[in-house]
Amino acid sequence: MSEALRRPVVRGQVRPGTVGAYVLLALVSVLVALPLLIALSYSLMRESDIITFPPPLLPVAPTFENYGKVFGLIPIGRYLLNSFVVSSAVVIGHLVTASLAAYAFSFLVFRGRTLLFFAYLSTLMIPWEATIISNYMTIRALGWFDTYQGLAVPFLATAFGTFLLRQAFLQIPRELWDAARIDGASSFRFLRTVVLPLSRPALGTVAIYGFLATYNQYFWPLLITNQPLMRTTQVGIAQLRFEESLRWGLVMAGVIMVAVPTLALLVLGQRQLIRGLTAGAVKG
Amino acid sequence: MTRWTVRDVRSLGVGLAYLLPSFVLFAVFVFIPLGRTFYLSFYNTRATGAITTFAGLDQYVELLTSATFRTGLVATVLFAVYTVPVGIALGLVLATLLNQRLRGINVFRTMMASTIAISAAVGALLWLLLFNPSLGLLNYVLSRLGVPGPDWLIQPNTAILAVAITTVWLTLGTNIIVMLAGLQGVPEEIYEAARLDGAKGFRMFSRITVPMVSPSLFFLFVVDTIAVLQAFTQIHLLTRGGPVDTTRALVYGIYLDAFQNFQFGYASAQSVILFLLVLALTLLQFRFVERRVHYQ
Repeated sequence: MSEALRRPVVRGQVRPGTVGAYVLLALVSVLVALPLLIALSYSLMRESDIITFPPPLLPVAPTFENYGKVFGLIPIGRYLLNSFVVSSAVVIGHLVTASLAAYAFSFLVFRGRTLLFFAYLSTLMIPWEATIISNYMTIRALGWFDTYQGLAVPFLATAFGTFLLRQAFLQIPRELWDAARIDGASSFRFLRTVVLPLSRPALGTVAIYGFLATYNQYFWPLLITNQPLMRTTQVGIAQLRFEESLRWGLVMAGVIMVAVPTLALLVLGQRQLIRGLTAGAVKG
Repeated sequence: MTRWTVRDVRSLGVGLAYLLPSFVLFAVFVFIPLGRTFYLSFYNTRATGAITTFAGLDQYVELLTSATFRTGLVATVLFAVYTVPVGIALGLVLATLLNQRLRGINVFRTMMASTIAISAAVGALLWLLLFNPSLGLLNYVLSRLGVPGPDWLIQPNTAILAVAITTVWLTLGTNIIVMLAGLQGVPEEIYEAARLDGAKGFRMFSRITVPMVSPSLFFLFVVDTIAVLQAFTQIHLLTRGGPVDTTRALVYGIYLDAFQNFQFGYASAQSVILFLLVLALTLLQFRFVERRVHYQ
């Protein structure tokens, strides 16, 4: 690796080592992505092709009929809608609650700030699963089973997002704040007109994380939804696994439809995702 | 204690106003539920969750003497042992491979990191097919290598291994990206100096690279172990805790006792244990980071 680091890339010049590196990278990439590639391939196969031996890798005669059949078997359009509604609500909730809190923890000075900051920090040590029984009872008492609010409201605040935004806000020069205060701007107006526009990349990271985490949830929607039309994508496609006869082409078509939005998000928001992960690693 | 001026009170009021939405949410859905989990763990409950009688430490005593819980703990430990070291090692090796200055390297980075975006439910369904003894690719490859493939999800000794393999794959994207960031943070001069001293190849890797990225390795050790402790979805979709409780990891046990057996007090005691384990791991991480900062 150090070899590769030291050696500058010279345009237009191909070394044998470089070709080898590309071949190795391509092989390993395909291997890592293989479960997904197989799913894509199987989703295009007829059931009769799938059950042949040895297991086929590529469809002989690609067909989209599995995708059509999934729509007939489960209301997957509705599942996608539910997941998008809930995930969008959580993203908006994260952006609003985390920017307000991060602003208080960066620009405002008040007594007890450090103590409150530690209270927020402590939520990172509490696994959601350790509180799930009590939250289940709360949602039941509120009569929020099978509702969007039951799926979204418990997740509207984010400690991780608050810390990420606080880090971004702390990068903003203090002089801007002083100048705005001298001009008589209210603290809220400063947040709205200066801090938020300058923190767009960090806000993007918070939004992408909120969306991915919510869209990919399984345990909570499994617990609090019973009506078929209120299920989210993850719980919905998992049903295909518990069907009487497991039809793999259908399952894989469902899996692909459910995974495409998050994979698109990965490709489009790669930079933001990486920033979020590495912030966690570096800051602990 | 210094006196509170009018300005102090006012600035506190403004600060709290900004914190109010998130604080209310944390109070209702994190702090109070955690308190209630502790509370419930000292009581007997009805199937509705209503409290009946004070149980003291009975739930904990029952847990520690329960063979099922012990089997579950063994499953959790095996799960972690199979998942965490392999996941981190793979993350480090693949990140090293990806840490090259090549044109188009980002395409490979995106492909290898793709599991970040994959949900546990999708991942579990993908591997369910791969583990299938007659249709799955895994046993076909094994048979070509002359190894008879097991019936992964049915055999007690391989079920937890199958859950672990799925989990390694699911966490691989995160592990690769964290390790890649760690590798990129190593100053070039250190490699230069080591090279002048005659280090190269594997020696360079083991003596220079690995120690330099130890903070990232430790971070992943904590994060991946916590992820194992919290695992639910892949178990629910692959094995449902079976066969004979061999994949009944901690959170799956909580799910079964609370939402299938309706023993909320007993399940709360398990939740307390989960909380304490995660707390210990997080504090360990904080201490490690602190120490590193001090010594620098």
